[in-house]
Amino acid sequence: MAENKFLLELRHISQIYGAGERRFVAIQDVSLYLEEGEFAALLGPSGCGKSTLLRIITGLQRPSSGQVLYRGSPLVGVNPYATIVFQTFALFPWLTVQENVEVALKARGVPADLRTSRALDLLDRVGLDGFETAYPRELSGGMRQKVGFARAMAVEPELLCLDEPFSSLDVLSAESLRGELLELWTGGDIPTKAILMVTHNIEEAVFMADRIILMEKDPGRVLMSLRIDLPHPRHRKDPKFLETVDRVYMVLAGQTLPEHLELGTAPGEPGRTRSLPDIAIDDLAGLLEHLSHAPQNRADIYALAQELQVTSDKLLSLIEAAELLGFAVVAHGDISLTPLGETFAEASIRARKEIFATRIRRLPLFRWLIAMLKAAHNKQLEWEVIQTALELEFHAEEAERQLEIAIDWGRYAELISYDDASEMLFLESDGT
Amino acid sequence: MNTLTRLFQLGLPSRRLPHWGDAVIFFLLAAFLYLGLRVGLGSPEVIKGPEISLSPQVLPYYAGLSVRRMAAAYVLSMIFTFVYGTLAANYPQARKILLPLLDVLQSVPILSFLPVVLLSLSAIFPLRLAVELASIILIFTSQVWNLTFAWYQSLTTIPRDLQEAATVFRFGAWQRFKTLELPFAAITLIWNSMMSWAGGWFFLMAAEIFTAGERDFRLAGLGAYLQEAANQGDTGAIFWGLGTLVLTIVALDQLVWRPLVAWSDRFKLQLVEGESEPTSWFFEAVRGSWLANSVVRLLRPVACWLDDWLARRFPWRDPEARAKARASWILYLLGALASPWLLYEGYQAGLMLSRISFVQWKLIALAVGATMLRVAGALAIALAWTLPLGVAIGTNRKLATWLQPVVQIAASVPATALFPVVLLVALSLPGGLNAAAILLMLLGTQWYLLFNIIAGASAIPQDLRYTAALLQLSRWQRWRTLILPALMPYLVTGAITASGGAWNASIVAEYVRFGGETLQIRGIGAQIAAATAAGDYPLLLAATLSMIIVVSTINRLVWRRLYQLAEEKYHLD
Repeated sequence: MAENKFLLELRHISQIYGAGERRFVAIQDVSLYLEEGEFAALLGPSGCGKSTLLRIITGLQRPSSGQVLYRGSPLVGVNPYATIVFQTFALFPWLTVQENVEVALKARGVPADLRTSRALDLLDRVGLDGFETAYPRELSGGMRQKVGFARAMAVEPELLCLDEPFSSLDVLSAESLRGELLELWTGGDIPTKAILMVTHNIEEAVFMADRIILMEKDPGRVLMSLRIDLPHPRHRKDPKFLETVDRVYMVLAGQTLPEHLELGTAPGEPGRTRSLPDIAIDDLAGLLEHLSHAPQNRADIYALAQELQVTSDKLLSLIEAAELLGFAVVAHGDISLTPLGETFAEASIRARKEIFATRIRRLPLFRWLIAMLKAAHNKQLEWEVIQTALELEFHAEEAERQLEIAIDWGRYAELISYDDASEMLFLESDGT
Repeated sequence: MNTLTRLFQLGLPSRRLPHWGDAVIFFLLAAFLYLGLRVGLGSPEVIKGPEISLSPQVLPYYAGLSVRRMAAAYVLSMIFTFVYGTLAANYPQARKILLPLLDVLQSVPILSFLPVVLLSLSAIFPLRLAVELASIILIFTSQVWNLTFAWYQSLTTIPRDLQEAATVFRFGAWQRFKTLELPFAAITLIWNSMMSWAGGWFFLMAAEIFTAGERDFRLAGLGAYLQEAANQGDTGAIFWGLGTLVLTIVALDQLVWRPLVAWSDRFKLQLVEGESEPTSWFFEAVRGSWLANSVVRLLRPVACWLDDWLARRFPWRDPEARAKARASWILYLLGALASPWLLYEGYQAGLMLSRISFVQWKLIALAVGATMLRVAGALAIALAWTLPLGVAIGTNRKLATWLQPVVQIAASVPATALFPVVLLVALSLPGGLNAAAILLMLLGTQWYLLFNIIAGASAIPQDLRYTAALLQLSRWQRWRTLILPALMPYLVTGAITASGGAWNASIVAEYVRFGGETLQIRGIGAQIAAATAAGDYPLLLAATLSMIIVVSTINRLVWRRLYQLAEEKYHLD
């Protein structure tokens, strides 16, 4: 029985929303496993379905197809051997720290006196003794998450699921909490058999996990699984560490493709419509300026993340936008400015807008949008109409987001404007 | 303060356009109204009410009786709320019917319900019990809807992460209710309870005195006392009655609601410490009291035992298993059994309506129009004086410190209690009952507007006010660019509540018996009241249904849109 050595196994999991023409694949055919004693990280950009996958694994959500096996047998309902530590802590604000931990024990029918002693013991272990009677609002973010950890460990789960547990903490408390969790885990102080952490932070994954499962979006799928054999405690300046981070960036940033592939097709046409990355244009300009000061206008992507003090997730989105607009190319984990990108970085505010406008006109999504607006009466269209059309390519939520991004870019380029009161999009007068 | 408008749950229709479900509901309603009328036809012809004493010594006793009625209705409301709201939140099939039904129910003119309820109850129960029950049910219908909406809304807005935590940690039904749902809803439930009690007082006054034809149903209580005092023109008794009423309301506020509000502050969801926490001297007193603490200590083991027992009784069930156990077939079976019967009743109601002549329908339409004008007039007058005063109180702390308590006490007096007094004065003035009717609507509804405007004005950020001053905007410009837009959501919220109240008040305002005479003016309220008095049930049914249709249509076409506009465009966040 080969399958029995896995604590958890996913077989051909897919999550599909809608049906017919408006059928969207959120997760496509994901198969993965988790062994006992393993700390795995699910790493990918936002929108790749990693949090959904975590909900499927814990049984909070049922996949559209595929099977979740726990210790070799199919999972029915909510997994009793798993718990989650939430990104937003999910503490009950009206309960004290101690009550928040006890409430989980109470739900499992642990008698009152045992509840108290176990809760106190766990709070002691995560370093919260003295704060038992405090309410969550009196604690800092890091301490709140410690309560989250104590509560999750109180029920002695075999599988501890972490849903971006450090991403709403400030840098310092996130770092100290990571260290403390690793200490508990590697010291074998907790009965947990395996940890599965969802994250979009590349360094965090390399710092903590034994194995990184890399995911990509559109549709959400597993790219590869990467074993990390560095011994704990790991050091972020260690060349081997940096090399691994670089590799992960290389996989996630990919290669700039030939233009016709990079740009994709217009909505409604055969082929996949490329989604616009959700970025602030000023941030993009900042990235390009930074690159224009770098030697040979190129940089190692992993190093950029440290220099610019941005999360890997945000950096990857910015790079994606730069590629899409032809301002930069990515190859082998390096990014370099194109001549156009260089011109943009050095241009005046007005000239930047003009360059930006000529670039976004080349994007199939904008070509399609402008053509639609031109054909329309008075060169204007309702938001609803465009969103409905976009929903042929994206699911409703994403279609709305894409339209918001398109309006933002269109406004910057002075091609398209939007009136919020009438919910109408229209072509700027010279946007012919 | 920004959250204040959200605390008061408005039962706004969930859809803009009429839906086929509405037709079903109107039909069901007609069937039920008809059923009540038919039961009522079997009640005795002549009924004498108890004598109402006007001596001040009976007032504590009467006040006690009235409070007891309110409390009974409130308990009933909470039970209804938990059951109905939970069903609507958890069962998608049930929700499709329950929510539109709630929309319509809350626009039913409560007072026209009374004859139906009373007559049918008196046919089943002994008279005294029936009258008591009818008044409780009437008060219940004035308290319950906003509570139910608040509970439903809370259940559906619990943050996803807390829901998931409760599921992952395998909370049973009781633990979920106690640890998650009830605390999350606590603040809005308490604020809505306060509003419900205010509404309850308004209708208590009417619910204690009721005559249908030769049948005189009366209950000893504060409402009956005030009415009797006004009828006899006994100014001393009116004074004593009003004093007792205000005292009772203020005492309840200080001893029950303020402490509850102060206590419920812990259920705030925000994880930041607030600056101004609500305070209550009584809450502090109880918290510091040795006696109260000992009682709590004594009761704790019992509470723990009960808690454990309930937790065992309602253990964890997997959501999937729960979904399967949801025996929707029971609902279908019940529906299948009840529908032929309801169809029959609906058909009978239709027959009854067919007896209304075209001329009568025309009169009803005119009456609805007349009442609509009166409601609009009352709203306009209310707006005209509450807007400047509310903004003044809301933006000026010094003014607020001494005006706010005065306003609160004034607002606590239910308009129906004042109505006999108002009549005494207004009937001698030009305009007569017409003016008095508008005045009564005004008395009942202006406070919703005022309080909302105060809340809105005090929520205008200081930096925006400084900016307006630095830009040297003229007074008009300041109102147009800052104050009015910022007030929009609050104004609409207040106006919706106020107009609902005004429609309801029309039944007591447009048709009065005073000092042995009957006075009435054209209006839908007068038609309902007159039809009740004359025992003209087809007309009562027709008039009530017309009013329901008009009010819920206005809600959908006007208020709902305004509210959405205000929420989307003028929200300061």
